[in-house]
This record gives sequence, structure tokens and C-alpha cells, in this order.
Amino acid sequence: MDFNFSETQSMLRDTLRRYLAEAYDFDRRQAMLASPVRRDPGIWKALATELGILGAPFAERHGGFGGGPVDSMVIMEELGRAIACEPYLPTVVIGGGALELAGGPLGDSLIPGIISGDIIIAFAWAERQARYNIANLRTRASADGAGWALSGEKAVVIGAPYATHFLVSARTGGTDDEAAGVSLLLVPADAPGIARRDYLTVDGHLASELSFENAKAGADALIGAEGHALPLLEELFDRAAAATCAEAAGTMRRLHELTLDYARQRTQFGQPIGKFQVIQHRLVDMFMEVEQAVSLTYMATLKLGLPAPERARAVSQAKARIARGARFLGQSAVQIHGGIGITNELAAGHYFKRLTMLESAFGDADFHFGRIEEAISAEAA
Amino acid sequence: MDLAFSSDELAFRDEVRAFIAENYPAALRGKQDLGEELGREDYLLWHRVLHARGWVAPAWPKEYGGPGWNATQRYIFSEELARADTVPVLPFGINMVGPVIYTFGTDAQKARFLPRILSGEDWWCQGYSEPGAGSDLASLRTRAERDGDHYIVNGQKTWTTLAQHADWGFFLVRTDPAAKPQEGISFLLIDMKSPGITVRPIITLGGEHEVNEVWLENVRVPVENRVYEENRGWTCAKFLLAHERTGIAGVARSKRGLERLKGLAAAEPDSHGQPLIRNPFFRRKLAEVEVDLAALEYTELRTLASEASGRGPGPESSLLKIKGTEIQQRLTELTLEAAGHYAAPYFRTFPEGHNEYPIGPGFAHRAAPTYFNMRKTSIYGGSNEIQRNIIAKMVLGL
Repeated sequence: MDFNFSETQSMLRDTLRRYLAEAYDFDRRQAMLASPVRRDPGIWKALATELGILGAPFAERHGGFGGGPVDSMVIMEELGRAIACEPYLPTVVIGGGALELAGGPLGDSLIPGIISGDIIIAFAWAERQARYNIANLRTRASADGAGWALSGEKAVVIGAPYATHFLVSARTGGTDDEAAGVSLLLVPADAPGIARRDYLTVDGHLASELSFENAKAGADALIGAEGHALPLLEELFDRAAAATCAEAAGTMRRLHELTLDYARQRTQFGQPIGKFQVIQHRLVDMFMEVEQAVSLTYMATLKLGLPAPERARAVSQAKARIARGARFLGQSAVQIHGGIGITNELAAGHYFKRLTMLESAFGDADFHFGRIEEAISAEAA
Repeated sequence: MDLAFSSDELAFRDEVRAFIAENYPAALRGKQDLGEELGREDYLLWHRVLHARGWVAPAWPKEYGGPGWNATQRYIFSEELARADTVPVLPFGINMVGPVIYTFGTDAQKARFLPRILSGEDWWCQGYSEPGAGSDLASLRTRAERDGDHYIVNGQKTWTTLAQHADWGFFLVRTDPAAKPQEGISFLLIDMKSPGITVRPIITLGGEHEVNEVWLENVRVPVENRVYEENRGWTCAKFLLAHERTGIAGVARSKRGLERLKGLAAAEPDSHGQPLIRNPFFRRKLAEVEVDLAALEYTELRTLASEASGRGPGPESSLLKIKGTEIQQRLTELTLEAAGHYAAPYFRTFPEGHNEYPIGPGFAHRAAPTYFNMRKTSIYGGSNEIQRNIIAKMVLGL
């Protein structure tokens, strides 16, 4: 058993933490979100070139460092710590993961572009009728000459306004949430027939509603086997959920630190509020949630390579618990900060907003507890 | 004991219900349906309608312009307002400073201020909290020094709700810095247009401008605007906080909120393609809120009944504040959960001036901002930690 990070991973964490502390300094983050483009594309470019970290999980033959999910976990935790709004999850973890898992020439040609920061991918999986069920798809893809034509709507696609490509789940057969007939396509963002409605999210990310109206994609857009991509999609979803856990763990850890600092310096009734037992116990409960979030994140990340049922169960255990922990951390931090905690003027409130969105990203607590219950029922049968 | 309403009470309920149905401003209804933010005039629109009917201050004694209702009638009235989802009557004049003035004020103060509170001519705000005095309110440092027949006030207040619209504010100020914290405080009514007052917005997590900082720099306040005795303002403050706490339970509004949530849950799908309201996890959570609300409602009714028999709101009202705010917050959590992915879009960035359809289901764009905003309820009016201290000390004798 070994829970230590390699030297490379420790260096990766330290370098990234130092960089993000400056790039996502509170005032700079606020100014960035208020700017006309609502982001600073230079930061992503710097992560790719100056820090050179986008290749961390990729194979060496694609120009990566030959790392894996643990490296992405380290990166996600740091992004969470800084409440950074960078597309590492959709581009590297999900988009890059899809290309690597599927293999083939598309990955060979695109992964170097991901590593260099030139290709940014947004994951268009959610649909309005489906909530968190990835197989419930109404978006359709049909053969169109040598390529594909897509039609349908995708909801709340994070990073879509500045993405170069969309990774789209669609039906090439079947109906409702049938396993057969699910396909995955990587479509250039500027393909004809795609319309975006862009907006900022409550926690400072950019997202879009996407509508595909007979949108054209080439023959090489297909990732994985036509009509049989559900297992691949499920694996990507689990990886995304595990990476979200890592991000949440980093955000929770930092928010706990901020709240601890505040409780030490805020004086009421002649003493720091951190001297009051009711505040102490709340801070201890927060601490316990943070530690368990980190533990479960490690567990889920290290089990990502297991067969699907075990993988999914571990991910759901982590995400179910962390969804609750994220809510508890956010609410407790605000309560301990008092009024200032619900203003835009202090970092704590922004951590609270981000944690609120991470709660339900890639499945909320009910969804993941539900998956565990189904697994328990299957065992009992 | 009897839970049923009498025929008179039922007739009263029907009268109130019919009045609201016939007189609630259609323009307000439209704004509320679209989830638009309400401005000063929106609040006053409904206030004036209620005032014209003599119903704007249900709890005030008849001699000061109240309707003379008993506790049950007041309960029925607030139920009906909530049921019809009316905009709330702002509490600062009607529920807060009004009762302080008619309880502690001089005849001249009553004659001058009470009619204008009822009519809505004066919009009031509350100058209590300071940057260094939140839960520990008695440590407040805003100074008022006597200069002939005026006080000169200097200091800073914060979390002053809707002060940007206010004509008047009621302020707690320190008049005797040498005395013990609670003993050197006075209760002043200050014209918000006085020279030396600056109101600065504080923007909260959902992007709202609801609260403010209020700076006072050499503000001259006539001594006649002090309510009750000099250095005895804490008595008014405590009285007002206890009043604030009963209103804070918000039972009727939460019942309406739960009904609305059930409606949303019937329309939104869960992850299995069935309505959320049929999802066992979500339905259980609705059931739990329903039970919590019943417990709160009947606790409030018992409190009202004991008030009707002559006892003012006591420390028990802290229970109503704690449980009431927990339920209000729970409802916003569940609404957020029901919104799912569509809790994310931030509506203030939707293109302005475009008549576009909202993103996702109509309720969703308010779900996250409301959830963020309602965290205030366990902080304001004396934080829920402070309320528990009050119960421990005053009720349990610990």
C-alpha cells in the first residue's frame, strides 16, 4: 500500500499551486470574471506551455509524461483549491480520455494539440429530459454521405463558448435510455448547423446551450464503435465524477483554511469566535469532511481502472459523500463568516458557490446513492 | 382545545381571500411570475392597497391604526397572503420600528411617525449591525454626542437592508461610552436625507443589491428623535428583536413554498425518466419538510395562543426563528436540487433587451441565487447560534 505521491507528482502540485495562487489571486479572478470575455485565455496557454502540465496523464508516444488518473487528480485538486475556471476536466480528463480509450488515428492527431493547449474540448452530454442519466439521449446522429449529421439539444455545456471541439453523445439507434445505439462523436465547434446560446454560470464558468440542426461532422468524428459507445461513455462519466471529487476536495480544503483564519481573527464578545465551542465543533466537523473527501477521492481515483461495476461503485461512494460534504462545507463556512460570507467581497462566498455547483456536477448525492442502492439490490438478488 | 376554525373565522378567511383575489395588482403578479427583481414602487404598490383597506399592520393595536384582530385572525390573514403569493409587506416600518414607537415613544413621535409608516410614505431601514458588532450587537461603537438639542452621530452601520430606498432609519448608537455595553445605548430615528449620511451598496452572492453600508459623519439628529430614555435604547432593541423573531418563522410562506416545490417536482424528470415527485429519495425529502412544517406551525400556534392570553413574545420565539429559517433554507436546497443542471446558468448574463426564452425550466434561474441568498436567514435577526444561547439561558436556565 502506498499513498505517497511520486516526486514528479509532488513537483507538479507545488508548481501548479504557486502559479494558480498568483493567476487566480482573488482580485484578479474578480477582474477576469467582470471582463468582456469573462476569462483569461492566457492562463490555459500558460498551463500548456510555461508549466507544461497538460500532458501529465497522456502516454509518452502522444507527447505526454506517461502519468494517469492520479496526475489528473493532483491537478484537479489544485484547480479546486484556487477555484480556477480552466477546462482541464472536459479537455484533458474527458476529451483526452475518450481519444486515448478509443485509440485510433483521431487520438494520434488531436492529443498533441490538447497538450499544446490549442485544442479545447467541451463535453456535451446532458439533456433536459435526462437529468444525470447519460444514456437518456434524444440527440441523434445519422450517416450523411461519408460523414454524420447531428440533430438535438444539449444542456449546460461547460466551456462551450471557447471550445474548439464538442464531444457529443448521440443516438445512432435505439430510443430513450437503451444501451444499444449510443455513439460518441467529436465535432469541430464551428461545424455548420451548430448554434450556441452562451452565458456565465453562477460560479464563474462559461457555458452554452447547444442546438444541433442537421450539423455536419466528418466520417472520422466517431469515437469508439457506432451504437456501442455506452461503456466508453460510462467510463468517461466515472472519470469525470472522480475528477470532480478531486476538485471539490481541493476547494473544501481551502475553504476550511479560510474559515479557520476568519474564526481566529474575528472577535465578538471580547474573544476570537474560534474560542466558542459551537464554532470549534463546526470547524472540526468541517475538517472531518475534508479529510474524508480526500480519502474517498484517492479511493475512487485508484479504482478507476477496475471493471465497470466496481469502478462505478467506488466513484459513487466518493461522489455521494463529497456532494454532502461540499454542501456542509459551503454552508458552514458562510455561517461562521456571518453576513460577509454571503457577499461577493470575500473569497469564501465564491468557494461556497463553486462547491454548490460541484455538488451536482456528474450526479448529485441522490443519483450516486441510487447507483449504490442498485448495486446492493443486485448483490441481494 | 379545538383545531377547527369557527364559522366567523371561516367567513373572515373568505373575506380576506376574496379581497386579495380582487385587489392584488396584476402588474406585480406579472413581475413575480417572470422572477423579476422588485423595486421600491413594487413593494409600495401592494402596501398601499392593504393600507387603504386598513389591513397593512395586522398586529398593531386599533388605536394606532391596526385592524384590531385577534391572534387567530392575524394567523388566517398571513396564511391567505402567503397562499396568494403576495409580495411581503416590508418589516422595517410595520413590524419593527412601528411597535417600538407605539410602545416606547412619546405622543408627538406616535403622531408624527405612525401614520406615515402605515401609509408607506416613509420607507424605513434598520441601523443595528456594525462591522465590529454582529452577534455581539451590544459592542456597537457608533457614537452620538449631545450638542444642545441635537445629537452628533458618527460611525458605520452595515447589512442595512434596502437602505438605498429609505427615508428614515432607526439606529442604535452609543450615548455613554463609560457605561457597561448594554447600558450606554440609545435608540434614534434618523432622517436618511440628513447631511453626512452615505449609503454604499454591498453586492451579495446572487448579484443582488439588497444590503448596504451606511456611514454617518457628523450627522445632526434632533434630541426629539430619540425614542425612550437616553442610554435605555437596549430595552427597545431587545423588544424589537423579539418581535422580529416571531415574524421570522414564516410558516405560511414556507407552506406555500412547499406547495410550489411539489409542483416543480411533478413537472421535472428524475434520472429514471419519471417525475421527480415519484422519486423515492426526493419524495422522502418533501415528506420530511412537510413534517417539520407541521411541527413548526403548531408550535407557532401555541405561541400565538399564549400571546393572546396576554404574554408578549418571549424567548420561546427563538425556537420559531431557528426552525423557521431551517425550513426556509431547506426549501431552497430542494429547489436547487430539482433544478439540476439548470441551476448553473447565471441569469444576469443573459443578453439584455432580448426577449429570449429562459434557459431550462422557468423556476431554475432563480434557484441558485435564492439558495445563496437565503443563507442569510440563519445569520440575521440574531444568528441561530445566538438564538440557541438565548434558549439555553432564558428558557432552560443553563
